[in-house]
Amino acid sequence: MSRFELMEGSKAIAEAVALCRPHVISAYPITPQTHIVEYLAKKVADGETQADFSTVESEMAAASYVLGASAAGARTYTASSSQGILLMSEVLYNLAGMRLPAVITCANRAVSAPLNIWNDHQDSMAVRDAGLIQLYARDAQEAADLHIQAFRISEDSRVELPVMVCVDGYLITHAFEPVELPEQAEVDAFLPPRQTDRKLDPRHPLTFGAFADQAYYMETRFQLHQAVLRSRSVIEEVGADFTKAFGREYGKHVEAYRADDAAALFVGMGSMMGTVEDAVDELRAQGKKVGSLRLRTYRPFPADQICALIKENQKVGVLDKSISMGAGGILASEVRSALHAGSMRTPVTGFIVGLGGRDVTAETISRLLQRLEGPPADAVFVDLKPDLLGDLAETWKSTWETVATTQRS
Amino acid sequence: MKIPTGAVVDPATSLENETGTWRAQVPVYLHEKCTGCRLCEWYCPDNCVVGEGKHFEPDLRYCKGCGICAQVCPVKDIIMQAEAR
Amino acid sequence: MAETLLTPGHTACQGCGEILAARMAIQAAGPNVIVVQATGCLEITTSKYPQSAWRVPWIHSLFENTASVASGIQAALRMMGTADGAKVIAQGGDGAFADIGFGALSGTWERGDNVLSICYDNEAYMNTGIQRSGLTPTLAYTSTTPTGSKQLGNLRPKKDLISIALAHGVPYVASATPAYPRDIERKVKRAMSIDGPSYIHLHSPCPLGWGFDGAKTIEVAKLAVQTGLFPVVEFVDGELVSWTRVVRPDPAEHYLQAQRRFRHILEPRNEEAIAQIQAVADANIRRYHLTESPPK
Repeated sequence: MSRFELMEGSKAIAEAVALCRPHVISAYPITPQTHIVEYLAKKVADGETQADFSTVESEMAAASYVLGASAAGARTYTASSSQGILLMSEVLYNLAGMRLPAVITCANRAVSAPLNIWNDHQDSMAVRDAGLIQLYARDAQEAADLHIQAFRISEDSRVELPVMVCVDGYLITHAFEPVELPEQAEVDAFLPPRQTDRKLDPRHPLTFGAFADQAYYMETRFQLHQAVLRSRSVIEEVGADFTKAFGREYGKHVEAYRADDAAALFVGMGSMMGTVEDAVDELRAQGKKVGSLRLRTYRPFPADQICALIKENQKVGVLDKSISMGAGGILASEVRSALHAGSMRTPVTGFIVGLGGRDVTAETISRLLQRLEGPPADAVFVDLKPDLLGDLAETWKSTWETVATTQRS
Repeated sequence: MKIPTGAVVDPATSLENETGTWRAQVPVYLHEKCTGCRLCEWYCPDNCVVGEGKHFEPDLRYCKGCGICAQVCPVKDIIMQAEAR
Repeated sequence: MAETLLTPGHTACQGCGEILAARMAIQAAGPNVIVVQATGCLEITTSKYPQSAWRVPWIHSLFENTASVASGIQAALRMMGTADGAKVIAQGGDGAFADIGFGALSGTWERGDNVLSICYDNEAYMNTGIQRSGLTPTLAYTSTTPTGSKQLGNLRPKKDLISIALAHGVPYVASATPAYPRDIERKVKRAMSIDGPSYIHLHSPCPLGWGFDGAKTIEVAKLAVQTGLFPVVEFVDGELVSWTRVVRPDPAEHYLQAQRRFRHILEPRNEEAIAQIQAVADANIRRYHLTESPPK
């Protein structure tokens, strides 16, 4: 009988990770990841979880500890946010390049400067190119479920890549939701112990991390790119198996909500898409044909699934909780790119929302819907306070031009 | 040959790399005064002095001709000679 | 080359003191080890894809995380129950342990992780072209502390990693040099037997970086010891238990004369600079009682 109780998102994640029986857990505290590792520390201290729980001196150390343990053949886990993800970024590239499995929770948080501890996706976006798999959770239940799937995906012999499970800081980590956790025996049946011959073992010595010069390096990068692309089918397979074992639906990279006959579609990731779905329902009740697409899998990028779910006559608004400074919305640019590759001329407007924990509400969405009536644009920052912008207030207001808007104060 | 997953490498494969081609001078072991102290073997950075008792030779496939063995031999039973190729 | 754990065919320079020391260390350690290697000369010369000179399991990750990776490996072996007595050895040079990887080393020591760390001290960042490190000795030339009308080379003393290790409570701390192979062997074996952190600081004379003929590596290594500029010491649980005795220390100048990296204070002769280096040697001799007999 699985447990179904109200719990903090961090606890749901910690319980899910503990159920996966990691050998080695190493993490450095950073808000808002802290509760996850504290719950795990307590489980180890109480003897409920048999893992080496190491309080290391930095995120670079935590990720490196995990890398070493993974290379030795163990099941490993770490968690971080924001500055910590940036500090460990070298190791994330290293894990991917050496094809070492590991599960990393990114409790999504804004990056400095200025310092800000609240949610956005700038941290996980900064490492999107590293060769890891990135999954984005919608809520605490999905956060727990994705971690269990993540270990299996990561260690699959067709994959052998680090998997980053992105969960919105505070919005998931610190919010209390009803979560159903499986039993240990059920997880054991779903997730067998890690098996690999490619490991550090005095009985069968191997050299890991040789340097590859011009004659070899490029092929290894092709191999890595293909490995990430190939993981798509494993993510689907593991998701389908999870559905069979636990009843909750997984396996699709993109979840469509009332998208089929929509005139306007919002595309985004993470917990705000729950709010978007609520807004869609409200707007539909007013007769507006709106829908949404939520990417659960961001890397590998599900370009073809996105194209299949979008129609040329729809207006698409992409919600980026991040930005490539000097360029524009990252998800927006990838969606546009996918549509272009599919010879589709769907207009896409890129919205920058929710940076540094600025709230994304249903009301925001209805204003975005109005903006979609106007010409497509990119990097339209949403819900800024013009009094704080001085001269730039005009620049910002012009991104909303052609549409009469009511500004939030 | 296909690059294996993670570009792992098998042990001791450097033996395929015969660094003897680096030499400009070659050690000549005279075998006249050797006392069997093995300092030549101990101090070779390329670990390519082979032998036992009082008879040692450089493995010329790898010997880089650094000259340490000749320098450390306490009885000067090793001399370095310019190598003709 | 029957079963040497570090094979020939590596691409280290002729007469390289570091690879010599590394071979002595790994032979003493034996095959039941897992080696974590930092980016640097020892890594580059022994692991160019698709070749490896290592006969033991070996991993190179990054420059600054060697100690952390090693800590993770020993934790994994313990948790999987597959250790079978295997020892994890972290190896690296100046950068890996004194500078960019200093924090990681401190963390591994502070946690008391069961890792033997070996620092190959060639006194600069040699692999990238002889740049100054925290272990570069006073007044040495390096490419980032060159000599010029305004500067006489590196103006700072060597970072004292022995004392730093002792401050962390590392139970076994020793320095050694390839000049004395049996001493390396004894110290590595002793460190291997420690269940906890241990640290060996291995002097690694570099013909290219220091400016001497590769044939003279052992001579230069011995001069470093004989002048007192590289004290060979051994600490067990914080107590100085042995050192390599130097009955009549050579003047520091003899060591300086053997290397081009100090030429700028010999030609033209700079008495003050030479005296500064002699003072370093004298301080070592005093501090570690190098002229006296070590306890039995």
